[in-house]
Amino acid sequence: MEKTTLPHDPYNVIITGVGGQGNVLASKVLGNILVAKGMDITIGETFGATQRGGSVMSHLRISAVSSWSPQIPRGMAHVVIALEPIEALRVLSDYGNPETLVISNDRPVYPVGVIRGEMDYPEEAALRERLKTFSRTLVLIPATDEAVKLGAPILANIILLGVLAGTGVLAFDRNHFSRVISRMMPPERVEINMKAFDVGMRMI
Amino acid sequence: MSTITRGSPGESMLLQGNEAIARGALEAGVQVAAGYPGTPSSEIVESLARAAEERKLYVEWSANEKVALEVAAAASFSELRSLAAMKQVGVNVAADFLLHLAQYGTRGGMVLVSCEDPGALSSTNEGDSRQYARMMEFPLLEPGDFQEAKEITKWAFELSEEIHNVVMVRSVTRMSHASGKVTLGKLPKKGAKARFRYKGSLTGEMEGPVASMPNSVFVLHKRQQDKLRKAAEIFESSPFNKYTGPERPDLLIIASSVCWLYCKEALQLLGIGHRVGLLKLGTTWPLPRRLLEKHLSATDRVLVVEELLPFLEENVKVLGAELSERIGSIRFYGKRDGTLPSVSELSPDRVATALSTLLSVSVPSPPEEYHKGVQEAADAGAPPRMITFCPGCPHRASFWSIHNALAMDDRKGFVCGDIGCYSMGLYPAGFETLKTLHAMGSGTGLASGFGKLGQFGLNQPVLSVCGDSTFFHAAMPALVNAVHNQSDIIMVVLDNSGTAMTGFQPHPGLSQDAMGRTAPAIDIAAICRGMGVHVNICDPFDLDQTRSTLLQMLEHGRGVQVLVLKQMCALSPEKKSKKPYEMSLDPDICLGEACGCNRLCTRVFGCPGLVWDKKIKKARIDEVICVGCGVCASICPAGAIQKREAA
Repeated sequence: MEKTTLPHDPYNVIITGVGGQGNVLASKVLGNILVAKGMDITIGETFGATQRGGSVMSHLRISAVSSWSPQIPRGMAHVVIALEPIEALRVLSDYGNPETLVISNDRPVYPVGVIRGEMDYPEEAALRERLKTFSRTLVLIPATDEAVKLGAPILANIILLGVLAGTGVLAFDRNHFSRVISRMMPPERVEINMKAFDVGMRMI
Repeated sequence: MSTITRGSPGESMLLQGNEAIARGALEAGVQVAAGYPGTPSSEIVESLARAAEERKLYVEWSANEKVALEVAAAASFSELRSLAAMKQVGVNVAADFLLHLAQYGTRGGMVLVSCEDPGALSSTNEGDSRQYARMMEFPLLEPGDFQEAKEITKWAFELSEEIHNVVMVRSVTRMSHASGKVTLGKLPKKGAKARFRYKGSLTGEMEGPVASMPNSVFVLHKRQQDKLRKAAEIFESSPFNKYTGPERPDLLIIASSVCWLYCKEALQLLGIGHRVGLLKLGTTWPLPRRLLEKHLSATDRVLVVEELLPFLEENVKVLGAELSERIGSIRFYGKRDGTLPSVSELSPDRVATALSTLLSVSVPSPPEEYHKGVQEAADAGAPPRMITFCPGCPHRASFWSIHNALAMDDRKGFVCGDIGCYSMGLYPAGFETLKTLHAMGSGTGLASGFGKLGQFGLNQPVLSVCGDSTFFHAAMPALVNAVHNQSDIIMVVLDNSGTAMTGFQPHPGLSQDAMGRTAPAIDIAAICRGMGVHVNICDPFDLDQTRSTLLQMLEHGRGVQVLVLKQMCALSPEKKSKKPYEMSLDPDICLGEACGCNRLCTRVFGCPGLVWDKKIKKARIDEVICVGCGVCASICPAGAIQKREAA
């Protein structure tokens, strides 16, 4: 089993989005990749009622030494991966710090209040500026657009994992992903997930 | 292959807390498991059901939690190891049987897993089922991490067989729905053979009728308390109770469950591990007296960290009072004095805040400027997400018709709600149609009562809604009650063909059982007709027919009437990713704000797939989100929304 050195221990990653965007699957895939690399992983998530159009979050604690609380303390996220851009900002407001790396999809999913015309969804430029201000590095990419090109918008989650691999902060690659996804997916879904991962890797 | 049978002994895997519990049961040789779905407990029975064929188990989704506990108990009475799993409210449903079960005792090892939801992340309450262990006098175990979730469950079966009583394992959402590293143990080779030895005396332990009668109560009750004393003695040396910290700490923390992880994190965050002792208890009822005495003697300040009611805190305080002459005076901190919040869940931050006050240390946090700035940015730029029905959800269409029919009827009719996704009918998502919401089945029970208040002047039409799974769980007795007592109600069954909210577990109305085998489906409409009720059946996506049927029923008004609104859940595996219609919105026909509909489609209907485009001031279909149910085409007065059958 290969060991990896972590930039911090525990290294804290939050994957966020809106219920139904494949948040839980993304956290499971990443968790399994890191377990296979010999890491001790704790993942905390919420699902159930929160799934119905609500904000969802998975907290990943990555450690070489022990398991940690399934909730990350406030202000202690090292990486935020967002399937929806305002969710990135929401997570930063609780868990961000000036050193947080943000990898976010740029595709909005409008809250019901916005759909009803009661609230405003921020302008793209303003949102980008805010995310940039409150992160060390912002990677904002059209993951849903790319996923639609592959034939299924749900693949945005895997594209973002590809981007994460591309940044090199967690030292995993296509092979690690391939081994895990082949175990977790029915055979006919593996190729399209590999393609999505590759798209993400190339986007960084 | 099921996740919980994958991997070999000694191998470490990433398992969800619920999977770890299920794996522990498998390693203990469980043969029968039953439950009723409820977040955060559902994955325990689900994982066991997937392992059923391979491990030769019998696993079922029971009609409700009481029946689940009875099914599991029958296996125990027949000398097999069995498990029942449910969420906190389910234990209330099962409680009557549980009282009798715990009094008589068990034969094969029997474990009741209760998964609770501090913070009500997916519940309508913060019920604390640990109280049952004290109230009904049986042992309670609480795992502190994922490995322990497996080990403690496995050991619970052994304990149950040693004392011949049911053992409760209590988990919480942050344990059940979190995942961590678990090192696997061996799976046993062969299961036991079932036999029910009913010959013998009423108070026989391993043979004789399994029964509680008035003349045997004192014998059984005394025997039950002896079992509890035996458990307390075993707990004195349990490896699930661990202490870390200095010999004589400034402050002793006593914690259970996932709070142990929060405490460890908080101590590390504050850098005070050398001053503070952490006693983690896995055996929380009955408390091991000598172990507590040893640790209470070493300090004069104690903080109890737990979620929900101050159960552990009170029990430790009682012991403290009994031991006071030997342990000296202790200042206790916890929920009762407000050191920790008495509602909602805890977190590393909440524990750290409490500790920082008690020990005068500061909590590390991001620079004030960043913190303030990002809060303001999120307040201004991240509009909140109120939960809503999914795109294509039949409940949105059902509530649209119910709401409109009641408005047209104009007699201030109201709907009593029930438990499921459709509970969101209280919110704008369901046009605020529901006016009561309590326990499973309570909608129709309350309606039955409201429907008898005509003689006191209540002249508003009374409706109830309930889902298909809820119908079988607890709404049937309420319906029987309403029919027999001639209440005037309309019960609307929102039949979406599955226990949708918890992940499509089958129920008695479906032709498949928990293990995927073919099962007789019980027809809801036929049950109602069997009670002599007139039943209408509509597709809720047909808004006109549903509304006019409801209006006719409202006009009829007398006695019990049932309307079954049948349409499969948008997320059901059969339906997912299949669009029946391609939807389009013709911007030339949409009149926008000039229409006079006051943005009925987006402002009121509120489907996530149909958005108000502020730039063009017209509605627009969001292709990525729309699932093509076709309903919105029926609500646009201008006819701008069109549906075309998908290829």
